[in-house]
Amino acid sequence: MAKRIDVSGLHVYYGDFLAVEDVSMTIEPRSVTAFIGSSGCGKSTFLRTLNRMHEVTPGARVQGKVLLDDQDVYGSEVDPVAVRREVGMVFQRPNPFPTMSIYDNVIAGAKLNNQRLNKSAADDLVERSLRGANLWEEVKDRLGRPGAGLSGGQQQRLCIARAIAVEPSVLLMDEPCSALDPISTLAIEDLISELKENYTIVIVTHNMQQAARVSDVTAFFNLAGTGKPGKLIEMGETNKIFTKPEKKETENYITGRFG
Amino acid sequence: MTTTDPSTTAHVPRGKRRIGDVVFANSARGSGILILVILAGVAAFLVAQSFDSLTANTANFLTTSEWDANTREAPAFGVLALAFGTVLGAAIALVLATPVAIGIALFIVYYAPRRIAAVLGYLVDLLAAIPSVVYGLWGIGWLVVQLAPFYTWLETYFGWFPLFAGPVSTTGRTMLSAGIVLAVMILPIITAMSRDVFLQVPQSHREAALALGATRWEMIRMAVIPFGRPGIIGGAMLGLGRALGETMAVAMILSPSLVVSWFLLQSGNQTIAAHIALQYPEATGYGVSALIAAGLVLFAITLLVNMAARFVVSRRKEFA
Repeated sequence: MAKRIDVSGLHVYYGDFLAVEDVSMTIEPRSVTAFIGSSGCGKSTFLRTLNRMHEVTPGARVQGKVLLDDQDVYGSEVDPVAVRREVGMVFQRPNPFPTMSIYDNVIAGAKLNNQRLNKSAADDLVERSLRGANLWEEVKDRLGRPGAGLSGGQQQRLCIARAIAVEPSVLLMDEPCSALDPISTLAIEDLISELKENYTIVIVTHNMQQAARVSDVTAFFNLAGTGKPGKLIEMGETNKIFTKPEKKETENYITGRFG
Repeated sequence: MTTTDPSTTAHVPRGKRRIGDVVFANSARGSGILILVILAGVAAFLVAQSFDSLTANTANFLTTSEWDANTREAPAFGVLALAFGTVLGAAIALVLATPVAIGIALFIVYYAPRRIAAVLGYLVDLLAAIPSVVYGLWGIGWLVVQLAPFYTWLETYFGWFPLFAGPVSTTGRTMLSAGIVLAVMILPIITAMSRDVFLQVPQSHREAALALGATRWEMIRMAVIPFGRPGIIGGAMLGLGRALGETMAVAMILSPSLVVSWFLLQSGNQTIAAHIALQYPEATGYGVSALIAAGLVLFAITLLVNMAARFVVSRRKEFA
């Protein structure tokens, strides 16, 4: 179930370019941690290093340590595929598989782990995951329809259902609401609050109200300067970050006095 | 009485008609219409020219296989064995070429280092530039010689399987050889179409699969191949079209006989296109008209194959 993430001294490089510099943080289980900061400050890049998705980009590499409970995510014998089964991800744009039905989308990941999923176990898993993503009532009568036929907000909840069907311990969300309307955004935020009972949730967002609404802990990232790497400036309880930040930079960003 | 409803009488603003636009629109329309005219013209020619022999034919054209058309009296000819050979050869080619083409395309797009991928892609395109007569020469001068011992081996160990039953042709000039050469010929088009569609698979779909814990191969099965299916089918159908109509290479490789035979390792079989090419110079009497009738059948087969392919591609459109 939910696991703690311990990051120490993490640098992220694209080729020779240092994109994120020296991040250390602890992310508590059964909580929501929000990453905020201006575009290009490396928060999404950093997020992707938590399940090694950055390795999809050619030339991307890290230095430093990421522990999932006591397991080293970058240990030499660790398979990135296994890490991603443990640390699920939801993307900025809803990306259900267009060629699959709603049902098949939900069990896509679970099928990878367990090829011999029998029909009733699969049915159970689909219902459980869709209920978990607050989507069951809306789609239970059309599970065979294409996932791409749903609204944007429903598609995003379908992607969340797909991610939790794999039963990960951590859920990473990269601006999950930035392509959605306010109503759908609210539905996702409610869902995040429910999901944190069982998962460690990390969410990147550009919407500071959203960070304030859903997260327990907030981490503020910023660039050290143009062309310089992104850095973790400050991390603390969301209340405190939004009311009494310690750093001037954080305060400037929170209050909108920021270039 | 007419009421002046503003919505119907309102002046629809018409843009100034620019001469360039008019010329371009009409020439584009003309090109589109030209396609239909050419297609209809070819079909009309085939029907008109074959009518003569088909009415004089004393055998059933569609269900018999003899070819005794070079006469003015009581011609008897049928297209069955030819049509069968055509479809069989093209089917062998498709079965052999499609998996290899998909493999090459996947390798180029997802596995090969960039430099090797570029060279490989270029080489595959080069295969398409080789004239079919050269394939024919290669087939008869080299390939069949190499294949003959393999066929003997195949018959020895797999002769119980009907397709591979003996007696094996000692020259290797069999339907299987022709199919293999055709497969090489249609490989580039299927590869190119598959590669193009694989390159278009959105990054977000691939990341979705990887984030669920898919390995590269699982990602390809989950996101790439389903997305690329219409392109693969389209490429396969273009390849099939070429294989059905391919004349020169088949005419050179096969040692023809007009029988319906499933035995791939025995000499025999013939395709419509190769038959027309070989028979035309000596056609007399109803001969030419009969060959045109065979061409009409080839035209119909190709048309059916293309329509079937379009049906397959469009059937799952809502999932694409």
